Amino acid sequence: MQLILESLFNGVAIGSVLLIAALGLAIVFGLMGVINLAHGELMMLGAYSTYITQLIFKLPILMPFYNAYVIVAIAVAFLVSGVVGILLERSVIRRLYGNPLETLLATWGVSLILQQFVRSVPLAYGAGLIIALLLGLLLPIVLSKEFISNRYDRFIKLGSWSIATLIGVLTASGLSSSISKIGRASARNVDVTAPSWMRGGIDLWGITFPVTRLVIIVITLISVLSVTWFLNRSVWGIRIRAVTQNRSMSDCLGISTETVDILTFGIGSGLAGVAGVAVSLLGSVGPNVGGSYIVGCFMVVVLGGVGNLIGTVIASFSIGILTDLIGAGRLLTIWPDMPGPLASTVDFFATTSMARVLIFALIVIFLQFRPAGLFPQKGRMVEA
Amino acid sequence: MKKSRQLKGWLLVLIWSAIIAAIIAAPSVLPVFRLNLLGRYLSLAIVALGVDLIWGFAGLLSLGQGIFFALGGYCAAMYLQLNSSANLPNGIPEFFSLYGIQKLPFFWEPFKSPLFALIAIWLIPAIVAGLLGFLVFRNRIKGVYFSILTQAALLVFFNFFNGQQKLINGTNGLKTDVTQLLGQMVGSDLVQRWFFWLTAVLVLLTWLFARWIVRDRFGNILIGIRDDEPRVRFTGYNPTLFKTIVFSIAGGLAGISGALYTVQSGIVSPQFMTVPFSIEMVIWVAVGGRGTLLGAILGAVTINYAKSLVSEALPASWMFIQGGLFILVVTALPEGVLGWVQSDGPRNLLTRLGIPRPLSTYPSLEADGDKEVKP
Repeated sequence: MQLILESLFNGVAIGSVLLIAALGLAIVFGLMGVINLAHGELMMLGAYSTYITQLIFKLPILMPFYNAYVIVAIAVAFLVSGVVGILLERSVIRRLYGNPLETLLATWGVSLILQQFVRSVPLAYGAGLIIALLLGLLLPIVLSKEFISNRYDRFIKLGSWSIATLIGVLTASGLSSSISKIGRASARNVDVTAPSWMRGGIDLWGITFPVTRLVIIVITLISVLSVTWFLNRSVWGIRIRAVTQNRSMSDCLGISTETVDILTFGIGSGLAGVAGVAVSLLGSVGPNVGGSYIVGCFMVVVLGGVGNLIGTVIASFSIGILTDLIGAGRLLTIWPDMPGPLASTVDFFATTSMARVLIFALIVIFLQFRPAGLFPQKGRMVEA
Repeated sequence: MKKSRQLKGWLLVLIWSAIIAAIIAAPSVLPVFRLNLLGRYLSLAIVALGVDLIWGFAGLLSLGQGIFFALGGYCAAMYLQLNSSANLPNGIPEFFSLYGIQKLPFFWEPFKSPLFALIAIWLIPAIVAGLLGFLVFRNRIKGVYFSILTQAALLVFFNFFNGQQKLINGTNGLKTDVTQLLGQMVGSDLVQRWFFWLTAVLVLLTWLFARWIVRDRFGNILIGIRDDEPRVRFTGYNPTLFKTIVFSIAGGLAGISGALYTVQSGIVSPQFMTVPFSIEMVIWVAVGGRGTLLGAILGAVTINYAKSLVSEALPASWMFIQGGLFILVVTALPEGVLGWVQSDGPRNLLTRLGIPRPLSTYPSLEADGDKEVKP
């Protein structure tokens, strides 16, 4: 019993990391049909934002609040990845709607650029740049309409961008002078240290539950619930779903499809940032951290069925539990007197990488019977 | 009109003779290091031709060609390893003793025969590709789903080869440069020169083969599948069969390419199955021009040569350039360089710059001199 419970917990923990990483993808891929191979790099940006936030909270002024930095980091990571995602949508992906294969290649190019950017630009300057972009994009929205729409609007725009740039430069120089760790470019991996309350574990029924894992499960749970609420209950969520179902009809009814695209992509990318926070709590952060998750995330979305969240949730938890059962060789501990040939087979697959091999094979077999995943979209089309 | 066509024909002959002359002259002009690099990149042109067949003609964007590339490489390396380990203890390659293995694993046995190895280099990848393709295409999984599945398959193969130390030396890979072939060291200048010639000839043969495939009805069906698959199905053809065949051909070509690349670079390792390498193969074709065959060869050789030159000079900037290239080609030059040239791109550019097209009809029927012509 204890063994099964422990295995279940581990599986849920692995699954929740997969789920939080795949959630943004499920929105971007499932609702918009956009293949974003830079999703992993948006996660990486979220992880680096966590790292920078943590360093900022180590400064003497903010030290008393150090324990709360994770919560701030989630917001920061959401904003950073969201802004980069929106920029990506506006500059590249917007031109490629309806050409999924071309989008795939272009976003791969973006991911290469982002990876190299983190390697060869000091993190402090990167942070300054993103703050400048964030302010520059936000100011016209925050300022009142009458203030902007007069004949001086060009100067106001120029002014707001120069203020944003100035603040960005100030932030960059301030950060690089006060925190020497991020003042220079380096390709080395960095480590995010969890606050003291997140170290250790909670003992229950003779099993130790690591707090970090629990925190990640909670973050995932909150994200999934709020996304579900947003898509089903809020006005913009309903608009998003309307555009997903019938773009031209929604356009005719007065929904701004362009805003919907920006919003959907921004939220999907922001969720990637939140996933980055979770990932940074688990291990060291490097330019390649996102790449190792991206394929798994796509498998989750494909297995779950494109365009619905329940499928994504179930798929990621089942993959997580299976990974733990097979990869950690738990089947043998749960059922010790397994017959010989079966036991040796199970033993052969009892490593993380071999577990992946087996799970992929299982997914391909599953797709033979249900080509559209666990929960296929209903409807009649020539090309389902 | 006739005159310009004649001119084009002469131009084509001129370009071809220049390329052939360059390849014949290369071994005596280039230093051994550069020659070796050129040979490697030429061998990559073969896998690019395969990608062009499946992507440019049948519309299948595979992100897993690295699987077949590496399989071909492993087949070649396994034969070479066995061929030169007769004098070693137990008569098996050296690395086995590191893991305490005394007996050769069963699947190594047939690779003692050179004939089997020569066939396996293209047949095994082709069979694996055919199986994978059949399972995927049977369910009408296509488009991006196909791409994602091939990428996942790539990751699986990578994990398998990376983890199995006892079977194929895992992450260290198999070395070929210190092995023997026909009594010569594979890494020696002489053998490397043979391989260069072999690669050049094989690139030419593969190109002719690919042209032969796409010229006839088979090629038309592939293009039909790319442009409108349901219509092909309703006309009575079975797209699954054609897709499986062409995917398996591309797999076989990738295998040949991988074997040639392995013997010229001296090692085969799971690094050949990493995700970025397989996507790079696609970008060679995209830059050269998808659906133009010749573009695939030119793209593979030029981009790789540029890569080695740029990374020698400015190591950090290649990733930026490569990333920019992906975005640029997809957004601004979707037909690739050769495709752009073939679809009258330069002439259109001149028209846009204010130099009108010389007219051959009066009054203007199809093309006005000051307008762009899109085929």
